[in-house]
Amino acid sequence: MKFDTPAGTNPIDRMKVVGKPIDRIDGPLKTSGTAPYAYEHHREAPDAAYGYVVGATIAKGRVRSIDLDAARQSPGVIAIVTAAEAGKLGQGNFNTAKLLGGPDVDHYHQALAVVVAETFEQARAAAGLVRIDYARGDGRFDLDKELKTAPLHGGNSDEGSESGPEHRTGKFEAAFDAAPVKLDATYTTPDQSHAMMEPFASIAAWKGDELQLWTSNQMIAWGHSDLAKTLNIPKDKIRFMSPYVGGGFGGKLFLRADAVLAALGAKGAGRPVKLAMQRPLIANNTTHRPATRQRIRIGCEADGTITAIAHESGSGDLPGGEPETAVNQTELLYAGANRLTAMRLAVLDLPEGNAMRAPGEAPGMMALEIAIDEMAEKLGMDPVAFRIKNDTQVDPMKPERRFSERNLIRCLEDGAKRFGWSKRNATPGQMRDGRWLVGMGVAAAFRNHLALTSGARVRLGQDGRVTVETDMTDIGTGSYTIIAQTAAEMMGVPVDRVVVKLGDSSFPRSAGSGGQFGAGSATSGVYAACVTLREAVAQKLGFNATDAVFDDGKVRAGNRSVALADAAREGELVAEDKIEWGDLGKKFQQSTFGAHFVEVGVDAFTGVTRVRRMLAVCAAGRILNPKSARSQVIGAMTMGVGGALMEELAVDKRFGLFINHDLAGYEVPVHADIPHQEVVFLDEADATVSPMKAKGIGELGLCGVGAAVANAIYNATGVRVRDYPITLEKHLDQLPAYA
Amino acid sequence: MRSFTYERAADPVTAARAVAQRQGAKFIAGGTNLLDLMKIEIETPTHLVDVQDLGFDRIEATEDGGLRIGALVTNTDLAADKRVRRDYAVLTRAIVAGASGQLRNKATTAGNLLQRTRCPYFYDPSMPCNKRRPGSGCGAIGGYSRQLAVIGGSDKCIATNPSDMAVAMRLLDAKVETIDPQGATRTIPIADFHRLPGDTPHIETALEPGELITAVTLPKPIGGRHVYEKVRDRASYAFAIVSVAAVIAKDGSGRIAAGGLAHKPWRVEAADTALPQGAKAAATALLAGAQPTPDNAFKLPLVERTIAAALDTARSA
Repeated sequence: MKFDTPAGTNPIDRMKVVGKPIDRIDGPLKTSGTAPYAYEHHREAPDAAYGYVVGATIAKGRVRSIDLDAARQSPGVIAIVTAAEAGKLGQGNFNTAKLLGGPDVDHYHQALAVVVAETFEQARAAAGLVRIDYARGDGRFDLDKELKTAPLHGGNSDEGSESGPEHRTGKFEAAFDAAPVKLDATYTTPDQSHAMMEPFASIAAWKGDELQLWTSNQMIAWGHSDLAKTLNIPKDKIRFMSPYVGGGFGGKLFLRADAVLAALGAKGAGRPVKLAMQRPLIANNTTHRPATRQRIRIGCEADGTITAIAHESGSGDLPGGEPETAVNQTELLYAGANRLTAMRLAVLDLPEGNAMRAPGEAPGMMALEIAIDEMAEKLGMDPVAFRIKNDTQVDPMKPERRFSERNLIRCLEDGAKRFGWSKRNATPGQMRDGRWLVGMGVAAAFRNHLALTSGARVRLGQDGRVTVETDMTDIGTGSYTIIAQTAAEMMGVPVDRVVVKLGDSSFPRSAGSGGQFGAGSATSGVYAACVTLREAVAQKLGFNATDAVFDDGKVRAGNRSVALADAAREGELVAEDKIEWGDLGKKFQQSTFGAHFVEVGVDAFTGVTRVRRMLAVCAAGRILNPKSARSQVIGAMTMGVGGALMEELAVDKRFGLFINHDLAGYEVPVHADIPHQEVVFLDEADATVSPMKAKGIGELGLCGVGAAVANAIYNATGVRVRDYPITLEKHLDQLPAYA
Repeated sequence: MRSFTYERAADPVTAARAVAQRQGAKFIAGGTNLLDLMKIEIETPTHLVDVQDLGFDRIEATEDGGLRIGALVTNTDLAADKRVRRDYAVLTRAIVAGASGQLRNKATTAGNLLQRTRCPYFYDPSMPCNKRRPGSGCGAIGGYSRQLAVIGGSDKCIATNPSDMAVAMRLLDAKVETIDPQGATRTIPIADFHRLPGDTPHIETALEPGELITAVTLPKPIGGRHVYEKVRDRASYAFAIVSVAAVIAKDGSGRIAAGGLAHKPWRVEAADTALPQGAKAAATALLAGAQPTPDNAFKLPLVERTIAAALDTARSA
C-alpha cells in the first residue's frame, strides 16, 4: 500500500480498540520472567557455551602479539577467536570501527578476542589470562583542541535528524549585527552512554552453514544484513531474532560486537555460544552520544520578533564517522528571516559516537532552549510568550511547506495553565522553600516525524484468531500491544483474539524501532496487511470489501452478518502487505510538538539540584495507547533529568577512554530523583502522516527536558549554567551566601 | 575471577590462622565489595575464609554504657537498632544514606569498614594504580579526579574512602576490636584504623595479616543533635562527593567528621574546637593543608557549606 494522499475515514477511526489505555499484552510474560530475552533462549539453544569479550586496553595503536597459551590451557576453554582466527571480516553499513579489532586498535575496549568456555566463570577466568602486547600510538582525544581545525560536515543520524554542513537563509550576519537585542552564547553537552538495563547480548547457533542468532536489537533488517556482510555469508543463511529488548535507546539500532563475537565464537567452538557484553566494557566498546560544543546567536526586535538565528555545533567521531546533528531543530522550530546552521566534525580516537535517543535533537534542544530562555529574559518577556510570538506554521527555510499539524502554542498554553506557570517569579532567585531555592522552567519539545517502509503478514486462523507477524521490535515501548490493537480494530475482534509475533528476520521487514518512527510505521504496515486480509475475507464470505463492516467478531453488510472465523473454515487465510510512503513528507513538514515544564529545588547550602515536579504536554497525532505512550514519555522525561543533572562520560584525554565506565561511575537517575510526573496528550490526528494518523512520542518526550531543568535552575538561583550536566560545582561559587 | 579455595571457619582463631597461613588468603563476610572486585580481578584471593558462622552478630551494651556491635551485624540491623537510633542517630543516618536496601541487608559492620575505594582508576585493571599494583603509578593524578581526595593524599594516591558508616564511627570515637592468629586481642581507635596513603596506598588499615575484626564498640552516648549531610549528584545510591557527620550540643559546641575528602574519614580536633564560631571557622580548621586537584577544588567551599547545612539542620531539628 502506498500512502500518498492524506488519509480519509478508515476503520481505525472507530477507535474502539486503538486509542484505549489497555495493559501491555506482553506484560504478564515479562513480570513472570517468561519473556525470553536475548541471553535466555535456553530451549532453542541448549548446551550453549559461554563467550567472554577481551577488550583492548589502549585507545590507539597496534597489537604486537597476543599470547593465548595460558588462556587456552585454562579449565573449560573450548575456543578463542581473535582477528587472526576469524579471517577477513566484512564491514557493516552502520558501524564505523571494526567490531573485532586487531592488529590495529581503533578505540579503547574495542573487542580483540572472544573466549569461549563451558561456563561463564571459566570463560571470564580464561579471558583474564589472555596476554596482549601493544604498540601504543598517538590518539586524538581532546574535542576542544581538535575542533579548532575541524571542517564543516553534514550528517544524518539514521533516525530522522539530518543537516547539511552549512545552511543559510537570508543574510544572518547582517541581520544579527542590526538587531537591537542580541544573544551570543556557547553551550556544551557531554558524551553520554545509553546505559540500558539489558546489556548487549546474543546467542549464536550454527547448523552447517546456517546461523541462528538471538540478540537484542532494535532494527532486525539492519542487523541482519550487517551481520551477513560482516561474516561474508548470504543473508538467507542467517535467521536474526530479537523478540524482546530490555532497553536500547539507539545503542541497539546497529549490529554490535556481541552478535559478531557470538557467531564467531560458536563457529570456533562448534556449538552454540551465548555472550553478554560485560558492563564495564559497554561504555567504551559500544556507541555513545557524542559531546557537543554549540554556539547560538539570536537577534531580535525589541518586541521579541526573531530576525536572525544561528546555531553552530561541533562534535567528534572516529575517522569516517558522523557529526551529532545538533542544529537540526533550529532550522524549523522558530520563525526568523535570516538563518544559519552549521556543523563541524573533528576526528577523535575515542569510542564510536552514534545515535542515542533523539540523536542530534536532544543535545541541540538542550542548548537552543536555554538560549531561548536567555533571550526572553533579555527582552523582558515571559519565555512562554516569547516562544508563542515566534511560532511558525511553515518551514522557515521553505515557506511554501506548511507544517501538517503544529500545536506548539496549545502545548505551551495548556501546560502553563496546568503547571501554575503564573506563580513563577520572573526575577530569578526569589522563591524559597526552607533550604531550597525553588525555580520553574519551560522548554519547547520538538521532534520531526519520520516514516519508514514497514511490512507485516496477517493470518486468520480457523479458530478465528488473528496472528500478526512482522520483524518489528518491542524495545519496551509497547509495540506488541499497539500492533494487537491495530489488528483488532481492523479485523473487528477483541485484543485477546490477536497474537503478535515480532522480531524475527523470517517475518516481513518492518520499520523497526528507532527515531520515533516505529509506532506509526509498523502499525501502518499492519493496517496495510489487514486491508488485504479484509479483502480476502470479504471475497471468501461473498461480501463486497468496501461495504463490509468488521465488528464484534463478525463481518456484515446490509442485513447479512457472518462470523469472521467462517472465512477461514476451509483453511487459514494469509495476507501480506507493506506500507510505503509517497511525498507527503516532502509536501508537508510533519513534526511532533510539546512543552516541558519543570520545577526544581536547588539546595541553598550545597548547590545540589533536585527536581520537584514535571509536566509534559504533547501533540503527536493520534495516541495509539495512552498508557504505553505515557510510559514512554515519563521514561524520556527521566532520561532528560539524567542528562540535565548527572550523566557524563568522563573523558581521560591522556589514555583516551571514558573512565567512569560502569553504573557506579556513570550515574543515571534512580527513583528518588524522579518526583511527580504528569503527561498530557492533546487530541490530534494527523491525516497526512499515515492511515493511523499517529506520530511517535519516544524522542519528543526527551527533547527539551534538559533545558527545562536548566531554565528552572536559573530561575531558582539566578546563575546561568550553559555546561551540562548541571552539577553543583558549576554554580556553587555564585550561589548566595548560605547564612 | 581467578580460582580460589574456600572454607567456613568455626571459631575466630582458626579463621585468623587460616588467613595468616596462606599467601593471598582473605576473609569474606557479606562479600558486597569483595566479590565485585574479584569478578574483575582487582581482588585475586587464593583462598577465602568465610566468617559468617562466628556468631559476631549481636549488639550488646558495654559496661561503660556504650555498645558493642558484632563484626557481622548487618548494616540494616545496625541502622535499625533502637539503641542506635536513640543514642547514636548519626550512625543510623549515615548508614541509610549509603548503598541500597539490598546491599545493606548483606553488608556487615566490619566489612563496611574494609570496603575499598571507588576511584575509577582503581576500578579499571588496565589503568595505572599504586593501590592495585604498587609502583604502577596513579592514574587519577592528572586524570579525572572530581570525586577524589582533597586532603591527606600523596603523590602516590588520591583515593577516597567511600564509606558513610565509617564517617559516623569516626565522629563517635568508635573502637575496633580484633583478634589475631595467636588469639591475642587488641583494640584500635577508629582514628588509627584507616591509614593515609603515603608511599603505600595498598596498605589501607592498621590490621596485621590474619587479624580479624570481632566487634566495633561505641563509647557511652554523648547526647546532642545528630546529623548526617551527604552531598551527591543523585538522590540515592551514589557515593558522597562530600559528607558531614555532626553531633551538635544546644550551646553550639560539638564535633564534626567528613567523608569524601580523604583516604580515611576526616576529623580534626581543631575543627571541633572551632565549631561554635561557625561553619567557616570549622571548615578552615578541617581543611588546613588541603591540596585539591583542579577537578575537585570545589569540595573546599562545598565542605564549608555542608557544615553550615549540618549546623542549620541541628539547630532546626
